[in-house]
Amino acid sequence: MAGDNGKATPLLDELEKGPWPSFVTQIKEMADEKEQARELLQLLERSYEERIGHWKHGGIVGVMGYGGGVIGRYNDLPEEFPAIAHFHTLRVNMPTGWFYTSDVLRKICDIWDEHGSGLTNMHGSTGDIILLGTTTDELEPTFKALTENDFDLGGSGSDVRTPSACVGPARCEWACYDTLDLCNDLTQTFQDELHRPAFPYKFKFKCSGCPNDCVASIARSDMSIIGTWRDEIRIDQDEVRAYVENGLNIERDVCGNCPTKCMEWDGTTLEIDDSNCVKCMHCINAMPKALRPGTDTGATVLLGAKAPIVQGAQLSSVLIPFIKLEPPYQEIKDLAERIWDFWSENGKNRERVGELVQRVGLGNFLEAIGVEPVPEMIAHPRENPYIFFEEYFEVEEEEAEADGVAEDAQSQGGAS
Amino acid sequence: MTMARPDRRTDIGPPDFRRFLPPVIKANYGAWKYHEILKPGVMVHVGESGDKLFTVRAGSPRLLGTKRIRKYAELADKYCDGFLRFTSRHNVEFLLTKEANIEPLIAELAELGHPVGGIGPAISSIVHTQGWVHCHSAATDASGVVKAVMDDLSEYFDGTRKIPGKLRIALACCLNMCGAVHCSDIAILGVHRRPPRVQHDSLKKVCEIPNVIAACPTGAIRPTRIDGVESVEIDEELCMYCANCFSVCPALPMADALNDGISIWVGGKVSNARHEPTFSKLAIPFIENDPPRWTEVVQSIHRIVEVWADGARPHERMGEFIERIGWPRFFREAGIEFRKEHIDDYRYAGLTYKRSAQLRH
Repeated sequence: MAGDNGKATPLLDELEKGPWPSFVTQIKEMADEKEQARELLQLLERSYEERIGHWKHGGIVGVMGYGGGVIGRYNDLPEEFPAIAHFHTLRVNMPTGWFYTSDVLRKICDIWDEHGSGLTNMHGSTGDIILLGTTTDELEPTFKALTENDFDLGGSGSDVRTPSACVGPARCEWACYDTLDLCNDLTQTFQDELHRPAFPYKFKFKCSGCPNDCVASIARSDMSIIGTWRDEIRIDQDEVRAYVENGLNIERDVCGNCPTKCMEWDGTTLEIDDSNCVKCMHCINAMPKALRPGTDTGATVLLGAKAPIVQGAQLSSVLIPFIKLEPPYQEIKDLAERIWDFWSENGKNRERVGELVQRVGLGNFLEAIGVEPVPEMIAHPRENPYIFFEEYFEVEEEEAEADGVAEDAQSQGGAS
Repeated sequence: MTMARPDRRTDIGPPDFRRFLPPVIKANYGAWKYHEILKPGVMVHVGESGDKLFTVRAGSPRLLGTKRIRKYAELADKYCDGFLRFTSRHNVEFLLTKEANIEPLIAELAELGHPVGGIGPAISSIVHTQGWVHCHSAATDASGVVKAVMDDLSEYFDGTRKIPGKLRIALACCLNMCGAVHCSDIAILGVHRRPPRVQHDSLKKVCEIPNVIAACPTGAIRPTRIDGVESVEIDEELCMYCANCFSVCPALPMADALNDGISIWVGGKVSNARHEPTFSKLAIPFIENDPPRWTEVVQSIHRIVEVWADGARPHERMGEFIERIGWPRFFREAGIEFRKEHIDDYRYAGLTYKRSAQLRH
């Protein structure tokens, strides 16, 4: 255990016991040098005694010209804990895929030792590097030091939040598109939208390279971009047999788990009916040396996931069943901008895109953003018979048409 | 907007990730052939070229001081030419090309107190939020609960105990769900249980009353006057403690030491493998906050994990397992009392009712 730094913290000390690495030990390590960490430890001990938090609602603080990236934080006992009276968080946009070198990590540490508490989260749940706690005066100097070292702030508030991506082609044979490049490109393209909140609420992009969805895009992002393929799963039959010889129960654990039962094992050969494969990844996960996604790869784009606040949680739903993703990714950027235009015009305060779609109806939303409805977008067609038809005929008009008089009336009929 | 000054760099975005990729990744980018899990927390990726990249994954407390990060950097220099990364679940991964370096690295990580594991059929690190460490809306602590739960489950992380498939746990310290826990095998969610207490003295000064009223999804907030001062009143029967009003108005505090606590949810997943992605469902409506070790939370989760680990088939996730055996049996085996709170009563609640006679008797 690290030193006791003056005052006792008997409750927190209990969290230095046990096999899992302890956040208390981390705060104590920094408390040897940082008054802020010492006071944070004391304030947290107080929360543990009283069973309640001591942080106030955020204030409006930030760096010049940005509307996001800094979370204002003040404690409610500033006289007792003056070193952390202001204890603001900076969200720093991580390198895509969370790749670092030891040198760049040390550089971030140097900056944060000089300007803040020395405490971080690696990483926050959206993916940013979280620099945990500094004063208002230090925000601009921290920002300057970060940008001099090619780092920038991430998103917060009603803006594009820091996009994130799975490890992708850097270290995964299942990546169906370059998640890292797309994520980095979107981040760079939408810097203005990321730093200057102008939307009804937050907007998240998450890029997963395959349907395993390692960055939880379908649960957590307004636009979920999930890699997939539309040709055939690549099979190495010798490796399939090797798995079976090594004890894999292929009928029960692979074929039996296939959601569409599109595969069969006859004792020597695995056959897949790719026309009925829904690209769930199970068989590939179970036999990574034997099976691989096809080579005609791209992504499914889904829209609208969010946590419960406020109309209830949603998973993203299909917007584009299949799209090829190659630089400069213009199609997906244009799509995002059309969605933002409609959302900015029609969204209520704190209404996520997914909630807007629920409110106006997916059909109307698709029309507004210029996307044709296709059956891949639904689990099943409507069950409820209250259909909003958009036009109906008047008897007079039909009679007029029959007489071949009114060209105008005729052209008003039919689908709009 | 302020004019950017010439000496001030803005809108540069993050540094290009390609600067931080090790040579073996640059050489095999997009050309990996397959991977194998060599042992708990260690995997090898093999390129079409035959090149090998070894990954050693270690658990981390997420909250890290710069001293510990510098230690990671030292280890990366010593064993993998300075190249490392982090995962979406807060683990740190060392990227090695020399197989002989794996064991010495694991030994040094163990000495530092970082277990190696979390790959394949294992419980990986818990994705979580700030809690009492740094959040204004927390209904429970985050790091402390996670530490206590992972202490209890660490043998499922490091591979000492084998399990049928992946099990993902996440914690959010309030319904805002920065941790987006709603699709986890086990979700630990901080909840409030009493309506906000209106601070009539300050509300009009710090909040826009129409915004406050509009923020309530159930229409529980109405305008009123208290001693001639404009304020709001709350129909407590309509309040479901979502705290959306507090998010727009600090004069409506929700936190309450007596009533805040934790709910446990099970059976969600995000992966498309086998079954489609699905939400977590309520297992335990409320457990009171019990710092520093949250014993009942830890024990409840332990039991849920054991019921699944004992009963699930290979690859079967928590939700798939429960769907196969049925919810009544799950509640029985997990020793959880089924209560009124388990039945949904928000939008489309009826979709969650059992609408068939297909029951196990």
